[in-house]
Amino acid sequence: MKRTGLLSFIIIFTGIIFIIRLFYLQVINNTYNKPTVNNSAVKVMYDYPERGYIYDRNGVLLVANQLSYDIMVIPREVKPLDTLEFCSLLNINKQGFIKSLNKAKRYSTRIPSTFLAQLSKNDYAYLQEKMYKFKGFYIQKRLLRKYPLNSAPNVLGYISEVNEDLIKKNPNYQLGELIGTAGVEKTYENILRGTKGVKYIQRDRFNKEIGSYKNEIYDTLPIPGKDLTLTIDSKLQQYGESLMANKRGGIVAIEPSTGEILAMVSTPTYNPNLMVGRERSKNFTKLYLDTISRPLLDRGLQAQYPPGSPFKVISALVALQENVIDTNTSIKCFGGYRYGIREEAFMRCHCGTHGSPVQLNKAIYRSCNSYFSNAYRKTIEKYPTPTDGMNAWSNHVESFGLGNFLNNDLSVGQKGLIPDGNFYKRYYPNGGWRAATTISNAIGQGEILTTPIQLANMTAIVANKGTYFTPHIVKSIKDKNLDSKFTTLKQTTIDKEHFEPIIEGLFDVFENPNGTAHWSKVKGIEICGKTGTSENPHGQDHSIFIAFAPKDNPKIAIAVFVENGYWGSRWAGPIASLMIEKYLNGETLKPWEEQRMLNGSLQDEYNKQLIETIKIEN
Amino acid sequence: MRIRKTNIFYGIDWILILFYFILIFIGWINIYSATVTDKQISLINFSTEYGKQLIWIGFSFPIILLILMFETKFYENFASIIYLISLISLIGLFILGKNINGATSWYDLGGISIQPSEFVKATTALAIAKLLSDKQFNLKKWNTQIQAFLILLFPAILITLQPDPGSALVYSAFIFVLYREGLPIYYITIGFVAIFLFIITLYFGYLYVLIGSLLLLFIILLLFNFYRKKALKKGWLKILGIYLASTLFIISVDLVFNKVFEQRHRDRFDILLGKTTDIKSIGYNTNQSVTTIASGGLSGKGFLDGERTQGNFVPEQQTDYIFTTVGEEWGFIGTSLVILIFIFFTLRIIHIAERQKSKFSRVYGYSIAAIFFTHFTINIGMVLGLLPTIGIPLPFFSYGGSALWGFTVLLFIFIRLDANRSYEW
Repeated sequence: MKRTGLLSFIIIFTGIIFIIRLFYLQVINNTYNKPTVNNSAVKVMYDYPERGYIYDRNGVLLVANQLSYDIMVIPREVKPLDTLEFCSLLNINKQGFIKSLNKAKRYSTRIPSTFLAQLSKNDYAYLQEKMYKFKGFYIQKRLLRKYPLNSAPNVLGYISEVNEDLIKKNPNYQLGELIGTAGVEKTYENILRGTKGVKYIQRDRFNKEIGSYKNEIYDTLPIPGKDLTLTIDSKLQQYGESLMANKRGGIVAIEPSTGEILAMVSTPTYNPNLMVGRERSKNFTKLYLDTISRPLLDRGLQAQYPPGSPFKVISALVALQENVIDTNTSIKCFGGYRYGIREEAFMRCHCGTHGSPVQLNKAIYRSCNSYFSNAYRKTIEKYPTPTDGMNAWSNHVESFGLGNFLNNDLSVGQKGLIPDGNFYKRYYPNGGWRAATTISNAIGQGEILTTPIQLANMTAIVANKGTYFTPHIVKSIKDKNLDSKFTTLKQTTIDKEHFEPIIEGLFDVFENPNGTAHWSKVKGIEICGKTGTSENPHGQDHSIFIAFAPKDNPKIAIAVFVENGYWGSRWAGPIASLMIEKYLNGETLKPWEEQRMLNGSLQDEYNKQLIETIKIEN
Repeated sequence: MRIRKTNIFYGIDWILILFYFILIFIGWINIYSATVTDKQISLINFSTEYGKQLIWIGFSFPIILLILMFETKFYENFASIIYLISLISLIGLFILGKNINGATSWYDLGGISIQPSEFVKATTALAIAKLLSDKQFNLKKWNTQIQAFLILLFPAILITLQPDPGSALVYSAFIFVLYREGLPIYYITIGFVAIFLFIITLYFGYLYVLIGSLLLLFIILLLFNFYRKKALKKGWLKILGIYLASTLFIISVDLVFNKVFEQRHRDRFDILLGKTTDIKSIGYNTNQSVTTIASGGLSGKGFLDGERTQGNFVPEQQTDYIFTTVGEEWGFIGTSLVILIFIFFTLRIIHIAERQKSKFSRVYGYSIAAIFFTHFTINIGMVLGLLPTIGIPLPFFSYGGSALWGFTVLLFIFIRLDANRSYEW
């Protein structure tokens, strides 16, 4: 280019860019061309769409809508009024009246704010007659949530008013509007919400409404939210909640062939209808402040416990994959495992007098600590340094979805913890740690932490012989495909053939007369499972159980955690087998056991613990 | 010569004059719309901004006559002295200046405030023209380049210290003038590469840009190794040098952005790059201005009918954001027309500059074309949300006496110089 031409070229180029930008802003993307909300000559009315309904996997309605009425206020239009009458009509006191009005004024004097939210139908009928007396106030109809089954609050979540932080970030929401803040309501907010309709009304300079603004060209109709179908089986969910009554803990059941979550119980639970209506904030505070039983904590997703014996399944699979044991490897168990020369360096085994030496199958159904400690040690020591061994081991374990978020469509979760080589390097900066130092990992104690949903997923993986779909809660969305991350099969690092002997062992947990869960055996269903007793520093051991059934072509994989439930077969085992029976057969053959579980309570245990905690703190 | 003495309008370019009046007229119409509150008050009135602007416009006529009365030789011979006097007026601000909106850019002359930096653009253009018109002058040489840059840096630094960095930025326009007169191309290349690196560093973070540039270095070295082995042997030091310089630049961008810039400056860039979208506080101006322009649609809402203009939604609408009034009330038809007028106006100045026989007139004309263009680009770019918020006026549109007179002086000195072209031998 000649020197003389450069500036002219740049000038023309800039001009073209500006004209393109203006054309885009003013002609193509002319969505700004709406009457402004702050414009005093135009009043904006919102028409709220119906929020999508939520159904369970069999089409049972879980969440519906009910009508409610909000009192709205435009502060600068409020004229002196008979406050006393107004307050008594709304059933509020004068302080509340002033407080609400000031809050609305702080937000804006021109834009309508919610003055009083969620009136009942009766209040509305009464008030409607007298509304003309109170200038600046009007009633806005709105739909509230309703939960016909009174179940699964942790799954469904709730909706609440948007807070001011969110309004700042997302101008689609306005003060007083509702948004899903937990559970499915939160994760699928955009689908359930729909799009609100807008109506603009022209006013004259006396603030009298004189008709629609510019012939309604800017008005939009509300678009209703889409319905959701969950993977939850509401019968199983309710059954699980009743079995867990008066016990703290969680149940997660997954369909292994699809990764669909069949039930997700967290107790203590609460009635989801508490989170609706004018009493919502009072109820919420009450639940929120209950820091002893913590009902708002979703124990199925957020509670991290040491998994205990069910983790031995993984220890065995890793050892098989690393080729350090085979099904015939025998290990002598002397009632425990010695990992050091000191007197106390001895991990006791409660497998009892079952006769040594132990092979894989027996090790599983008797839950022999020595066997798995040996297998774990061999795995780590196969590698030149403990760090390498630990990294190889954790790599296998993490392929089961442990130690990290599952990355699913649930609104909360926890990572759990699977230590690797670096973890211990930080822990012992000067070295000096070996396989024996970390030996508790072999039996699911030590540093390992898992959540119930991770354990349930692990069980599903065993049932599938090494593959899984990410566990998820939504089965289908109307007119929309499911996220592809839930329909792609994931692979673990363990070969398929290693699962066969493990499944046999898990089967014998029920079948073999010496199996740890022989007493929970169900006639006609081939269940594979594993008991667990997780030690914890706060009190009694946790009772844990994992299981899947039927053995061939599994339909359900389940993990049950009962906090401070002493040992695996005391609470978690029976609950798991009852759940499986309920899901596969619809009813139980062991009504006495069902009754024992339904009525059993651990409240005394919890009270005892609480008293001890208070004592320590004082 | 005889004719010239009797008629000061002889030989002036009426097309530029026409452009001048069109711009002034459209500008005032929009200032009126942006500031009018009560239509009963008379137009010429010191209590309203549109009234004051009309008075400033009236005062610009004697200024024009004064400029046209001087001989062309006067501007050429006294260019250096005028430049020095204007620099002194800038220095004087630090002692006698009046602080408005945080910047000490004004002299208070009994009720009327004068902003000298608006006039220094013209005097700097004269000084540069004077320097470059020397026959011995060659911009290929280092020492002459330094002389030219010093002339530009003095006013730019003095204005930055006021602090009014937006007005100082205008002096970068002279790079086009220097290039036109023989400055090597790599100054412009470096300038564009620096802007590009600056933006991608802010957008992606310096770490990724560093990794990217390292990858690019490897690819370039590999390609050279395969296809031009000899060139690589000769030029590897150059390639490495360029790489190291850009690495240093990227790191310093990060440092300057995070350590030297204040939060309000960072916010402006973050909003532009879409990193934050707070439309209530930090992004308020840009959001209001873009929304207001967009609301005009194809044909606009009509004169005095823009509800956002009349409702005073856009801050500083009569000064830096005057273009939003055009956007809302006159629509795309109005805005694109204004853009076209500015484009043809600057192209006309370049055209006339190129036909000058005297190098002094040519350089001066080129300078003012570049200055008008820079003002126009920065202002409209900001209003359209394409550039960060930098407050500089839109020539002939924005409210303000100093700016109007400054631009008038800038333009009419050139018209004076051009009128004399046939006498230059």
